[in-house]
Amino acid sequence: MRVLAGLRRAGLPYLLLLPALLLELLVHLVPMVIGIVMSFKDLTRLHIGDWGTAPWKALGNYRVTVDFDAPVGATLLHSFFVTCAFSVLTVGLCWLLGTTAAIFLQENFRGRGLLRAVFLTPYALPVYAAVITWAFMFQRDNGLVNHVLHDQLHLTDGRPFWLLGDHSFLALLVVSVWKTWPFAFLVVMAGLQNIPKDLYEAAALDGAGLVRQIRRITLPALRPINQVLVLVLFLWSFNDFNTPYVLFGKAAPEAADLLSLHIYQSSFVTWNFGTGSAMSVLLLLFLLVVTAGYLLATSRGRKHADG
Amino acid sequence: MRILRAATVTATVTALAAVAAGCGGGTSPGGGSDDSPRTLTYWASNQGPNVEADKKILGPELKKFERRTGIKVELEVIPWPELLNRILTATTSGQGPDVLNIGNTWSASLQATGALLPWDKKNFDAIGGRGRFLAPALDATGAAGKDPAAVPLYSLAYALYYNKQMFKDAGISKPPATWDELVADGKRIAKDGTWGLGAEGGQLTNNIHQAFALGKQHGADFFDASGKPTFTSDGAVAAVKQYIDFMAKDKIIAPGNAEYGQNQSLRDFATGRTAMVLWQAAATTFAADGMKPDEWGVAPVPVPSGTPGTGRQTNSMLAGINIAVFKNTHNLHGAREFVKFMTSDGEQRLLNKTYGSIPPVTAAQQDPAFDRQDTKVLRDTLTHSATPLPQVVEESQFETSVGTAIKDLFADAAAGHPVTTASVKERLAKAEQQMAK
Amino acid sequence: MASPTARTAGRRRSPTAPPRSFRWARRIFLTALTGFVLLPVYVMLSSSLKPLEDVSGTFRWLPGELTLRPYLDIWHTVPLARYFGNSLIVAGSATVCSVVIAVFAAYAVSRYRFRGKRIFTVTVLSTQMFPGILFLLPLFLIYVNIGNSTGVALYGSRGGLILTYLTFSLPFSIWMLTGYFASVPRELDEAAYVDGCGALGALFRVVVPAALPGIVAVAVYAFMTAWGEVLFASVMTNDTTRTLSVGLQGYATQNDVYWNQVMAASLVVSVPVVAGFLLLQRYLVAGLTTGAVK
Repeated sequence: MRVLAGLRRAGLPYLLLLPALLLELLVHLVPMVIGIVMSFKDLTRLHIGDWGTAPWKALGNYRVTVDFDAPVGATLLHSFFVTCAFSVLTVGLCWLLGTTAAIFLQENFRGRGLLRAVFLTPYALPVYAAVITWAFMFQRDNGLVNHVLHDQLHLTDGRPFWLLGDHSFLALLVVSVWKTWPFAFLVVMAGLQNIPKDLYEAAALDGAGLVRQIRRITLPALRPINQVLVLVLFLWSFNDFNTPYVLFGKAAPEAADLLSLHIYQSSFVTWNFGTGSAMSVLLLLFLLVVTAGYLLATSRGRKHADG
Repeated sequence: MRILRAATVTATVTALAAVAAGCGGGTSPGGGSDDSPRTLTYWASNQGPNVEADKKILGPELKKFERRTGIKVELEVIPWPELLNRILTATTSGQGPDVLNIGNTWSASLQATGALLPWDKKNFDAIGGRGRFLAPALDATGAAGKDPAAVPLYSLAYALYYNKQMFKDAGISKPPATWDELVADGKRIAKDGTWGLGAEGGQLTNNIHQAFALGKQHGADFFDASGKPTFTSDGAVAAVKQYIDFMAKDKIIAPGNAEYGQNQSLRDFATGRTAMVLWQAAATTFAADGMKPDEWGVAPVPVPSGTPGTGRQTNSMLAGINIAVFKNTHNLHGAREFVKFMTSDGEQRLLNKTYGSIPPVTAAQQDPAFDRQDTKVLRDTLTHSATPLPQVVEESQFETSVGTAIKDLFADAAAGHPVTTASVKERLAKAEQQMAK
Repeated sequence: MASPTARTAGRRRSPTAPPRSFRWARRIFLTALTGFVLLPVYVMLSSSLKPLEDVSGTFRWLPGELTLRPYLDIWHTVPLARYFGNSLIVAGSATVCSVVIAVFAAYAVSRYRFRGKRIFTVTVLSTQMFPGILFLLPLFLIYVNIGNSTGVALYGSRGGLILTYLTFSLPFSIWMLTGYFASVPRELDEAAYVDGCGALGALFRVVVPAALPGIVAVAVYAFMTAWGEVLFASVMTNDTTRTLSVGLQGYATQNDVYWNQVMAASLVVSVPVVAGFLLLQRYLVAGLTTGAVK
């Protein structure tokens, strides 16, 4: 009887995980493995009708991808750096905006509920429409941005292009931050609710100022949540496809050429899924390394802080 | 121990993957059967003002077909942004419609996948023979020397639309027939806030269409006979440079057009901000934007000199929609019957009239609807001086790479950077390298 | 706009009441942020009230001619109501399933030591690193093959889409919930055990209520993941099962884009979602932890 109960106890965590595991297998893992297999095949339009017969290409797809002297590899490398810069900036700004807003909204005041809903609006609007609206606003001749900067504030000499050339990176960043920060806000706000109020009261009685309270109480308490949040935001912005696609169309300006758009072009536009998969696998490897490093660093830091 | 466990996980996943995808794609080798003779699925492209309108237009015709043959057609109108991806997944999985519309520039690419029924002589005879169709439209149904992958359904070509009042105000009596005249007219019109010509610099497909026609006039083809890209030939470079120079040198296109990609150039035209625009069948768009039919005129797209014709006198790419049969169909006979119905003289006249396109079936062109100021120009261009885009497998790559090169060149021009033969050639060389595998 | 005003001005100040400088910083920051957030919303609103030919004209803060026509036309140009219904069904079901499954999984991860825990978390996380566009074709093939061999139609059905979306949000839901659960003190579980609850009892009686704000946040995340997804919806649905995010593109045809209608439709469909936020935000704050700890 006790053995049985022990068995049940040992099996319980697996039982709890089972549904999640099955779904992950079906929808994520198996397709991913197929994707990895694809990256070793010559999967052009001649063969997509019957994947079984597509010839093996060994590392051929990878060779094209990492040949940084040839145009395919060179543009890929460039787009990799653009994506890195874009992701780091997006994560930083989103986290900063989200956390600040969440802290400011922690205290009750009139209009707080409304503001909360307002701040979540970018998250609720359909991506397509929201990004198209930004594209309108960034138009050179008729857009709101130039109207304000040039016509009303006279900050710029001519009318700059925002969707072409080097400024496009900035435009992409703004749209991406606008669209993503509410998520950071939401997560941090929920995290703040678990911090016991008496901690603050005690600190205040000890004469700790606001900044000190935030640094000593709020941020450490948010640590586990932040660890997840930053990584989530990073992976998202690294793989973001919708924003650049709707903002720039099939061909993004060089300054805003994100990897996902690149992979789309090398697979869906050309119907050559071998190369696209090879790029994706490389991306996966890179992100795995980054994530592992990040988790190691942040976890060690946390242990240190605890001990 | 841990490695062993990881290996077990990997093995399980791989095995599952093999089970799930091992049966792989679905294009059955034999192709087509008559297992379900009573029904058909039809994927129509969005031709009318919106998807709902298309359903209303096609619905009664499909009923007509059902009354005649007893075959019920299930219609799905698929918006353009989705169509190619839907066809792609259908091709990969074998789970597709029986009959579908495709853009005619996709013909060779889709032909190469082997997912579409080849229209050999027997199949063509079943719908009345090749002779019924306009010859250039038939050229846009697949690679040369192979059985066509589709049959022409709706055809279109480019024309020059111009604002009558703006021409009159500038003292110009007739629309330009040559590029020199177009530039001269454009310069006369372009002043404070109004511009000569509109362009859609951020729209890759449109860039390709314009560059292709200009390329023909410079004797360039973008691909040689063996299908190899020749983007940097003198003619191709000259053609692209000529198009960019409308903005860079002649200054008849507003710099802002470099970023247009959502048909803003049509709206600019309809609101009197540009005097000319090169487009295919834009009448309904102008009407939607509040411009009356008598406010605009239509003329053939200019040529270097003389009159439009074949070869170097080409002045438009041949645009249009083809109808194709999915090889996996379970109702081969019915599918052929349906194509026959859709390409019959009566349906051709009716549908093309409704959609503002021109029938690729010559017998159906005899109707006053195809003799209006705009449709007449389109019809003449189609018959005499339009050429299909290169029917190569890598057509979509061509559109993306060269289209992007032109977009980047427009961006250069708009930013005031010099656009020279060398800089054009450099961009095109880069585009050509991206085609190389 | 509703600029936040503190009403504590005249009252006796409690030790934790923020100083004046804080309130000013808050006021400025929140006002600026509200502006940033609402600017595009304003542009959408004003565009949705313009006749088509004015929409892409030169920007003006106050539109010249106003019309409500777009709000009437949106229902006929595309079957908006049906798409909206589909989206609600798909996103709603995906959210409920995802949250329930994630709660179980996160509870296991946060409260138990067991073999394979690390492999599980790492594998689940790694799924977020592979670009979605490359999942598309394999997943589609799997669904079609399942359909062919079992007769369960996943492709083209809402069910298939629900399954896909709920899995999309699962990895982060699990991970975030693990974080939120971890911050619920263990003593609470133990107290529940003492009261005679089993593991599941402790989960539902104690942990879930205590982590409610986190669960709500995760639910909002799961909902929005399903609500906004475009790529998979565009190939896995047909006319009857199409969702909003894809359906909106129906306002764009080859030569014409009904911008005013796109904006009007987007605003109309977002109203219920924002209203939902307004209702939910109560639970976002009213975590039971504070009361329960004492």
